[in-house]
Amino acid sequence: MLFRYRGSEGMLAWAFHRISGVAIWAFILLHVLDIWLANVNYKLYNDLLSLYGSPGGRVLETALGAAVLYHALNGVRIIVMDFWPAMTRYHKQLWYANWVLFTVVGLVFAIQIMAPAFGLQAPFSFGG
Amino acid sequence: MARITRAGSSARPMTGGFELAVWYLMRLTALALFVLVLAHFTIVHLIYDPAVQRADWIAARWSGAGWRTVDGLMLAAVVFHAFMGMRTVVSDYTKGGTRMVLVMALYLLAFLIFAMGAMALITFPDATQVPS
Repeated sequence: MLFRYRGSEGMLAWAFHRISGVAIWAFILLHVLDIWLANVNYKLYNDLLSLYGSPGGRVLETALGAAVLYHALNGVRIIVMDFWPAMTRYHKQLWYANWVLFTVVGLVFAIQIMAPAFGLQAPFSFGG
Repeated sequence: MARITRAGSSARPMTGGFELAVWYLMRLTALALFVLVLAHFTIVHLIYDPAVQRADWIAARWSGAGWRTVDGLMLAAVVFHAFMGMRTVVSDYTKGGTRMVLVMALYLLAFLIFAMGAMALITFPDATQVPS
């Protein structure tokens, strides 16, 4: 659908919002399950935790961050247009502004998350 | 057929009642989650690394009532927002009996996930009782 129909910005914004939303919903199921597991069987949870820190786990972690960041930014864009209809005229500009924020903020997170997968020290230190 | 308006960007139910309440609550939880989830993601993925977040790390984070309360609010908001969002998606692609069964299944799963999350939040042991 995304490739056959040359959708405009509004249609792509909607499709990405829906895809990222379903993906985040699926992760919520996994995330509540893993925290529940940490409570009832912490040894098994600690063993499974190594999956999150593996290179493949870090790629999924970065993808999750991208989905959350896009959904959050586009969600604000929707709310702005819902309660300030005049802004609907600028929905494309708002979407491009979102991508600028997404790129700047997303790169910081992506570099921090992926660095250990390449054997590098995570670049940002907050005393964590 | 619900009457809708195109004054805004997305269809706001004009029938009032349950659907209008859900429409507003989706936006209210969205704003709460914008703060709660982005803060959560920053702490858990940028400041700390999930690879070190073993059970004793969680116990230390939940050693007081503060973070348990914040995470409880996030759990309630995210379960509502995620499952009501899925209800919209499911309703867009199904109809009739199939839609009803799937939406009921979503409500059941939402209840189960909320109960499991609440159970962890309330009963997670003290940091001294979880070895590293």
